[in-house]
Amino acid sequence: MYTAEMRELSKKVEETRSQRIGINFPRMSPEDKIGVLNENHPDYSDKGFMYLKHGVNKGARVPNELGELLEAKSKLVNLEINLDKIDYDVDVLVIGGGGAGAAAALEANEKGAKVLITTKLRFGDANTMMAEGGIQAADKPDDSPAKHYLDVMGGGHYTNVPELASTLVKDAPSAIKWLNDLGVMFDKEKDGTMITNHGGGTSRKRMHSAADYSGAEIMRVMRDEVRNKEIEVLEFSPVIELLLDTDGKAAGAVICDLETKRNFVVRAKTVIMATGGAGRLHYQGFPTSNHYGATADGLVMGYRVGAELAFADTIQYHPTGVAYPSQIFGALVTEKVRSLGATPLNIHGEQFVYHLETRDVEASAIIRECNVKGNGIPTPTGGYGVWLDTPLIEMIHGEGTIEKKLPAMLRMYLKFDLDMRKKPILVYPTLHYQNGGLLIDKNGQTKIENLYVAGECAGGIHGTNRLMGNSLLDIIVFGRRAGIHAGENFKDIKIKDLTFDHVRKYHEDLENNEVESSQFSPMILPIYTHGREK
Amino acid sequence: MSEKKMIDVYIFGKKYTVPSSLTIMDSMEYAGYQLTKGCGCRSGFCGACSTIYRVKGDKELKIALACQTKVEDGMYFTQLPFFPGEKPLYNINEFEPAMDTMAKFYPEIYKCIGCNSCTNGCPQDLNVMQYIAHAQRGEFEKCAHESFDCVSCGICASRCPAGITHYNAALLARRLTGKYIVPETEHLKNKVQEIAAGEHDQSIEEIMGKNIEELKELYNTRDITK
Ligand SMILES: Cc1cc2nc3c(=O)[nH]c(=O)nc-3n(C[C@H](O)[C@H](O)[C@H](O)COP(=O)(O)OP(=O)(O)OC[C@H]3O[C@@H](n4cnc5c(N)ncnc54)[C@H](O)[C@@H]3O)c2cc1C
Ligand code: SF4
Ligand code: SF4
Ligand code: FES
Repeated sequence: MYTAEMRELSKKVEETRSQRIGINFPRMSPEDKIGVLNENHPDYSDKGFMYLKHGVNKGARVPNELGELLEAKSKLVNLEINLDKIDYDVDVLVIGGGGAGAAAALEANEKGAKVLITTKLRFGDANTMMAEGGIQAADKPDDSPAKHYLDVMGGGHYTNVPELASTLVKDAPSAIKWLNDLGVMFDKEKDGTMITNHGGGTSRKRMHSAADYSGAEIMRVMRDEVRNKEIEVLEFSPVIELLLDTDGKAAGAVICDLETKRNFVVRAKTVIMATGGAGRLHYQGFPTSNHYGATADGLVMGYRVGAELAFADTIQYHPTGVAYPSQIFGALVTEKVRSLGATPLNIHGEQFVYHLETRDVEASAIIRECNVKGNGIPTPTGGYGVWLDTPLIEMIHGEGTIEKKLPAMLRMYLKFDLDMRKKPILVYPTLHYQNGGLLIDKNGQTKIENLYVAGECAGGIHGTNRLMGNSLLDIIVFGRRAGIHAGENFKDIKIKDLTFDHVRKYHEDLENNEVESSQFSPMILPIYTHGREK
Repeated sequence: MSEKKMIDVYIFGKKYTVPSSLTIMDSMEYAGYQLTKGCGCRSGFCGACSTIYRVKGDKELKIALACQTKVEDGMYFTQLPFFPGEKPLYNINEFEPAMDTMAKFYPEIYKCIGCNSCTNGCPQDLNVMQYIAHAQRGEFEKCAHESFDCVSCGICASRCPAGITHYNAALLARRLTGKYIVPETEHLKNKVQEIAAGEHDQSIEEIMGKNIEELKELYNTRDITK
């Protein structure tokens, strides 16, 4: 329920609605976009960032919270692990049980590899499960991979690695077909035509969805398929360090059982890192839409073996996170809400930005409205938000649209007694996605031999900004590619003795560069106290 | 402000005083737990956080998602480990949906006694008994739509006297629907073929060959469909 004060303020939204409906707010000019980004986007100021003092990316800019983990010591520092005692011996080790990991495992298995998936939480408790809006692919007659490519590059500020962006768009239709053939229930017309929508920054309606459970639907189908194929999955068993062989090639990992704290050694001919994002590091104190285990472990462990980071300083703040109620603070309000016509409004009930600008621009405009212009709506926890006029959706598309197209959103708010069909909702940007990560080539390979990366912990595909729907796409496209490549490659690989000399070297490197840290990484899980110590 | 009010809850039988504004999950963390189980998306999507609770004075045992439910004064709760559920193996490419498909993989669904416990427990407010009834009758598409918002939390299965694993049976119905029952997508098939035949190679190479200034120009003047 809204407080009395908020109820009063929400009346402004109703008052101005008749003047706004049917009238499109103008899009920003390219110059205005640059202006609002420079002034407000958290990535565009140096506050909150540090420069790495060691490693392959020495001198590169990273968020403080990530930098601290990259400059921390290995959890193995004081451990005597017998690397001759192999607990699991496999062809392909997939680290992470989200969409990228599952896609990679399925393809590697298809190629005849013995695959092991190891994952921090339950299999499928991952960002993939939470994706609501949809997945892009240029498969309609009026669309083409070239048009998709231009949108990807423009959205990414032309910094994307062209080879990766073109691979993404070219493989997109076959990725959708692969999912469809597995039995993913995409939204379709009666004749089988895919129902597609716009997302921020798309020039064609190419967002495919499965109501607002797009990621959940994709994830549960792939998870079922992994089980059908009897691929071994170790749950609650995060990897805490990668292993190399004496030739410096990736050759396995050490995993830790979350309950018993026992460590196990996995020897693998190829390793696919698919550990997802970093939202739970709460860069610059932002709330996050990410799942509980999104702590950038893959970036930290990959960096430790010498894999290169790309665009690690660019983070996506989703313009619309929940600002109120506090119980779901930071949870995602899918972009589909705006795709369907809901518009952002300030405390006076005025629109201040076109509702489908690219995410970075939209988020920056909301931050400006709240923090610079002072036009935000105060929330009981001391923060600010702007209205998202959700009842507009029902006026534009007819009553019942929200229940049909946004069931998860509607349910989430109803649990806290807010009916988004009748009242606008309050939103503020939330830390949503790691645009960069470990640099890959078009088969998901890093410069470290036999180490692949797929999904959100890979870097280069989206440059400095990802468009909605291209992430679910990239986990399938590059997850499959990494799986296929690793599944073909392992046959010729002979592993030498396992070592973690690289960890020793890493510690030496820290020392030589005079980095002091009492922390250990990867983080594995965040610690929350909800203000207990205050 | 009511947000600051403190209340008593009992976690695994032990009393803790926590702010009334928290969810069940947050209250465990406030009490000092670091969760390693029963916690995933924290947003109502993954079904990891099924929790059994009872409020003092009320005899009924209730089940909810810990991340989506506010604490109440006098709440006793304990987390449910993921409920073991039957999952037969199948190759989705090897059979088409038929009247006896469900009977083959999930024969126990025919033992439903209509007690409605599954529906009453579902945190997603799904009509679980109804979707099982559709499955029994081979109405896969109806089962698929009725069960679509399932988060596989396993609460229904934990209560079913007939030993049914509802969420897995529904998953089979959905996969059959997505793969076989809904018509094939012509434009998708065509585009995949065009790309495989190399029909788009040239246009992509052309655009990849542009320098940034040319790309910017193209991007800023591209036509955007309504
Ligand atoms: C709320 C939300 C909504 C979104 N909506 C969309 C959308 O509509 N469209 C879109 O395209 N994208 C969307 N995204 C982004 C997209 O869902 C993710 O980027 C993508 O699913 C990431 O997939 P992944 O497989 O790389 O990682 P994840 O799905 O996050 O999987 C990572 C896996 O790695 C495991 N893991 C982590 N660390 C370790 C470790 N040390 N050892 C072992 N395992 C580990 C985790 O437990 C998890 O299983 C959304 C994201 C969020 C959070
Ligand atoms: S149908 Fe069963 S598994 Fe699915 S959400 Fe409801 S109670 Fe949970
Ligand atoms: S709980 Fe089991 S027996 Fe009872 S209605 Fe549901 S499916 Fe039938
Ligand atoms: S943690 Fe995922 S549903 Fe509660």
